[in-house]
Amino acid sequence: MIRFLLGKLAYLIPTFIGITIVAFGFVRLLPGDPVLLLAGERGITPERHAELSAQLGFDRPIWVQYLEFVGNLFQGDFGLSITTKKPVLTEFLTLFPATIELGLVAVTLATLIGIPLGVFAAIKRGSWFDQISMGTALVGYSMPIFWWGLLLIILFSGILKWTPVSGRIDLLYFFPNGTGFMLYDALVSGQSGAFTSAVRHLILPSVVLATIPMAVIARQSRSAMLEVLGEDYVRTARAKGLSPFRVVSIHALRNALIPVVTTIGLQVGVVMAGAILTETIFSWPGIGKWMIDSISRRDYPSVQGGLLLMAGVVMMVNLIVDLLYGVINPRIRHS
Amino acid sequence: MKFAHLLAASSLAVMAAAGANAKTLVYCSEGSPEGFDPAPYTAGTTFDASGKTVYNRLVEFDRGTTNVVPGLAESYEVAADGLEYTFKLRPGVKFHTTSFFTPTRDLNADDVIFSFMRQGDPAHPWHQYVPGISYEYYAGMEMPTVIKEIRKVDDLTVKFVLTRPEAPFLANLAMSFASILSKEYADKLEAEGRMADMNNVPVGTGPFKFVAYQKDAVIRYQAHEDYWAGREKIDDLVFAITTDPAVRMQKLQAGECHIMSYPAPADIEALKADPNLQVMEQPGLNVAYLAYNTTIAPFDKPEVRRALNMAMNKQAIVDAVFQGTGQMAKNPIPPTMWSYNDAVEDVPFDPEGAKKLLEEAGVSGLSMEVWAMPVQRPYMPNARRTAELIQEDFSKVGVDVSIVSYEWGEYLKKSTEPGRQGAVILGWTGDNGDPDNFLAVLLGCAATGDGGANRAQWCNKEFDDLIQKAKVTSDPAERTRLYEEAQLVFKRENPWATLAHSTVFMPMSKKVSGYVMDPLGTHNFTGVDIAE
Repeated sequence: MIRFLLGKLAYLIPTFIGITIVAFGFVRLLPGDPVLLLAGERGITPERHAELSAQLGFDRPIWVQYLEFVGNLFQGDFGLSITTKKPVLTEFLTLFPATIELGLVAVTLATLIGIPLGVFAAIKRGSWFDQISMGTALVGYSMPIFWWGLLLIILFSGILKWTPVSGRIDLLYFFPNGTGFMLYDALVSGQSGAFTSAVRHLILPSVVLATIPMAVIARQSRSAMLEVLGEDYVRTARAKGLSPFRVVSIHALRNALIPVVTTIGLQVGVVMAGAILTETIFSWPGIGKWMIDSISRRDYPSVQGGLLLMAGVVMMVNLIVDLLYGVINPRIRHS
Repeated sequence: MKFAHLLAASSLAVMAAAGANAKTLVYCSEGSPEGFDPAPYTAGTTFDASGKTVYNRLVEFDRGTTNVVPGLAESYEVAADGLEYTFKLRPGVKFHTTSFFTPTRDLNADDVIFSFMRQGDPAHPWHQYVPGISYEYYAGMEMPTVIKEIRKVDDLTVKFVLTRPEAPFLANLAMSFASILSKEYADKLEAEGRMADMNNVPVGTGPFKFVAYQKDAVIRYQAHEDYWAGREKIDDLVFAITTDPAVRMQKLQAGECHIMSYPAPADIEALKADPNLQVMEQPGLNVAYLAYNTTIAPFDKPEVRRALNMAMNKQAIVDAVFQGTGQMAKNPIPPTMWSYNDAVEDVPFDPEGAKKLLEEAGVSGLSMEVWAMPVQRPYMPNARRTAELIQEDFSKVGVDVSIVSYEWGEYLKKSTEPGRQGAVILGWTGDNGDPDNFLAVLLGCAATGDGGANRAQWCNKEFDDLIQKAKVTSDPAERTRLYEEAQLVFKRENPWATLAHSTVFMPMSKKVSGYVMDPLGTHNFTGVDIAE
């Protein structure tokens, strides 16, 4: 197990170096620069442009900037945002709880609905339930998130008035010393109605964010289940006279879940990407919205720091999933 | 961060003590402020959240106009030669008392000098209080070359000595970058090694005091109890940051906010039709234009530029692109600005006449580029569509147009290059209501060349002499006359096709009263009330 773990960790080093290069290079490959955007229609003379670029350190050779970026990373310094002039790490940590909360709820929702949907579709293969659920999953998978989000807002918030339009909690409630995890903060605040308000605000964004992962998990669960249901040991279990419920839940499902766990892990990356759009629509103050703002302002330190931190989180989750996979599937561990 | 939270916590206790009956106005704003010190920034969103709420200036724009009126200075005197401005400060002006700062003295001359010197003096300890900070408006309004010295005459009197007469100087001082900060607060932050907090937890003299900011989500303010111009009618002001205009509209309709900024033009009708809402509107202090490069043949000939302008159906552009939310422009300054010359006759829409004029100028088979910016701006909802309409119009007079676009930053840069091919769609929103802010910035000789805002590269001596003279003339009537004449020269020479002035809309709940739209485009909540 230790060797397995070390082997996995060894992979992280080149991945990390690769990500620093991509994160650093990506935003610089985009045309435009922050100084020009700052000047706007007014224009900026070449002299003033050079002066401001020097002040921000952009006048030095690109490799010097890169080495400095990586060097500072080892001291935990992700640089200062060009726009807000605050440390990138502080900005990230302030906004990250909102994204985690939304992402966790979305992945949980996707899993709790996706797996049963896929399993039932497999058991009832070819039935109307299978056709409808898998058809719906395909539609969900192809859904443009921005359009889907707006549609839900117009229907549930605008017309039916069941849910709030956007934000994390009613403006009445305010927890300045909170953790940033609104559900938790609302719960421990003891203020009546706060928790309900936080939950109501979470419904639409988490449904929107969960849509694609839910579709993927459902389809993966169905095909994994179908495969397992055809295995000899399932036939044996049936032949032993076990009830269909026991055959499915004990013998088939546990084995079918192994590839599904990997799929769920991979969905964390999808959720991070989806968060960018979901947070923008729902004015959700997380890192997705922050990244969009930073990219449009060509805020190099925020974009490269943010990308790196997001990539780090995805890598950690994937590592945990890999380890978990090793735990639940001994063949991997021993191979 | 923790500190700011702690401070905010105690402020909240005060807010809570105000009781459940507190009048709270919720404004759905379009974005997050970059910071709370207005001087280092150029975005209107930042000024709304800091300059207009937390701070005051020596002089202010009178609500709803671009007239300059006394602010923190109760009176001012301008020397006959226009080189000295003496400001008499209002006595007894209180800074905000917050959970994180308790002022021990009222506003005085030291605060004024501090607020300007930190921007103008590179050796000032606050000049770079955050690494990489710069003062773009201070530089853009030419303050470093205009201000020679700022002198404290006594505790309540400050004298600005200028290097040259500068008629727009007073209007410049009413802009957000010229906000007056508390030197006492700055000293405290410096002593505690927390200088960066000047940009995080601001203290000013303005109508609202800062309570807390949850990044990208909510900004909370409270009415300043001791405000020198009288306490506001509302108790709490909340900015609910909502970047998408469609979502802002939904929030307004659902009653989650009382007032919103920048509705999408396509939503105006629906907003007007909502029985719970009122939609205020006003012509924006802006202009959208197409700038020819007047240094490149055949656009160096005024008759060619006139011919192209004659070929352009501007009404069709206003109808299709602005969808009724704009008006055709004939002058480079908007009609709401003083000195607008209504006697100027616009170039008529006359494709046949255009063809003839082009023939006379010896131009045939002309191919040109029209640049369309890639972003939506308050003065131009859809540059691409505008360029397509121009392409269609020009093709009817035998001019072949190819449409070009670049990423926004590149567009801004490339469009200033002197050797640029083609005509550029761009526009401008006024900073201070002074015609100089349009005519000199966009059409003056000093603004030509690489990096300048004169995208037509148009340097006309007659025009430039008029605006230069107007800039150093203090008599408003004389300035008006000079600018009116300059507009005639502009129309004769046609360095641009003046396209349109857009209309600005402000939808709000019918419960809101007393809101006055600012022609300069900021959002100002002084004097606003809300029915229970």
